[in-house]
Amino acid sequence: MTRTLRHQVAVVGVGETAYYKRGGSPDPEFRLAVDAILNACANAGISAKDIDGFASYSNDRSEPSRLSAALGCHELRFASMQWGGGGGGGSAAIANAAAAIATGVADCVVVFRALAQGQFGRFGQGPRSNSISGPFAHTVPFGLMSPAQMFAMKVTRFMHDHGVHQNALRSIALASYHHAQNNPRAVMYGRPLDETGYEESRWIVEPFHLFDCCLENDGAAAMILVSAQRAGDFPHPPCYILGAVAGSQHRSGASVHNTPDYASSSFKPLAPRLYAMAGIQPSDVDVLQSYENFTGGVLMAMVEHGFCSADACNEFFVKERFLADGGSLPLNTSGGNLAECYMHGLGLNIEAVRQVWGRSTSQVKEVNVSMVISGPMVTPVSSCIFGSEATR
Amino acid sequence: MSAYLLPGLPQPVPSTDGLDAPFWEGLANNRLLLQRCRGCGTWQWGPEFICHQCHSDDLIFEQTQAAGIIYSHERVWHPVHPALKEQGPYIVVLVELPQAGNVRLVGNLLGDPRQTIAIGARVRGVYEHHPDAKPAFSLLQWTVSD
Repeated sequence: MTRTLRHQVAVVGVGETAYYKRGGSPDPEFRLAVDAILNACANAGISAKDIDGFASYSNDRSEPSRLSAALGCHELRFASMQWGGGGGGGSAAIANAAAAIATGVADCVVVFRALAQGQFGRFGQGPRSNSISGPFAHTVPFGLMSPAQMFAMKVTRFMHDHGVHQNALRSIALASYHHAQNNPRAVMYGRPLDETGYEESRWIVEPFHLFDCCLENDGAAAMILVSAQRAGDFPHPPCYILGAVAGSQHRSGASVHNTPDYASSSFKPLAPRLYAMAGIQPSDVDVLQSYENFTGGVLMAMVEHGFCSADACNEFFVKERFLADGGSLPLNTSGGNLAECYMHGLGLNIEAVRQVWGRSTSQVKEVNVSMVISGPMVTPVSSCIFGSEATR
Repeated sequence: MSAYLLPGLPQPVPSTDGLDAPFWEGLANNRLLLQRCRGCGTWQWGPEFICHQCHSDDLIFEQTQAAGIIYSHERVWHPVHPALKEQGPYIVVLVELPQAGNVRLVGNLLGDPRQTIAIGARVRGVYEHHPDAKPAFSLLQWTVSD
């Protein structure tokens, strides 16, 4: 038996709610999850009652049993939570769902993520307790507590080791904002960003300017997966999973910043497994969505996925390369986490599928291989590749 | 010494599983104690119940010199905690301890918050005591060696 996800599972529907500034959702989080799932079902032309599996990540609070009951699903066969915070589980949840379908554990799985930060509190703030214990007791009292502060030190070390300039980070922010101007769903639609705007923006924590940091949003996103054998029964052109992997390097979870390979986005052992499963090389990728928690993470993750060598970042990371209209490696074509919406990155997976379907607001010509990198610098991380019918 | 950061951040207390209690007790007595395996000699930080190298649970807290080199750093400008609203920029450093298996500790770099920071610079530890806190606690801060 061949142990691969390649061409075993297809994405047949995607759905989102409207995207709001953090705290701006008129609806509670569970309602957002339900709406995104219903939208994905409508997009796939199926009844939500046919969903028999749920997969999510980052401790999503909308539990599969409640969702299954609320939606009146005939049966619940698969309820999967990828451990780990942040967006590292986005493509992992897809891998988990695909594995369940490929092995006959479930038939129709929805991958989803819902966030209402107004209802449940913000990510980008420090703890409010009077005391703190465990690993965070060794960082928080020094004012190191937000995700930006946790990851800036990794990026600083990487930039130091490889002589990377600030302009390389800037190119990533500019590409996301460029694409968001074509995307009416984007929170930053109608709010373009140029070089000057980036340079003049305030520091959050060096080397991150304001525009190097992701948004914080409310909303929900969902994606319907079924067996590849059924891919032709739905309204969209087939969009197959070519590969999906999750994990991290040796002792990436060593606490208090003691990961041996520190200046890493955690993808070094994953990328070869991803490409081997998908049967492709980086040069085959037509369009890339790479999770921007912070631009520095995008840069490190792209290096670790083999798009450029660590010592060539200053030449490689230029905005023009990343534009859907003419760039050689279009990047974050919906606006991504920086300028479309921060839905813990599931929006990036949806955008990757849209690119295969030919339905992006910044459509790249003739997309056959569409890749997503999820949640750099956390652990575990994940990445996946979607392919068109032409990849069969 | 006075505290590097304004008061009001969550203050550290030993973890309920007891893993890091000797570390905090050591700081209170101006000593840096870190976890080391008696089986194979591996230094390990943060503390764990077993040695990641040989899986022995014969772990002790051994004293080591509070000196190291800057492995990485960051200057924080945007405070995310209300206690730091009037703080202004501050520096967090990740310090590697070559004499203790290259384990790393997080702390603040004392001195001008706008100073130039060099990866690889030698730093020495400075104990920052908070005797009036309830419960009292101590932190290990860093300053560039002359």
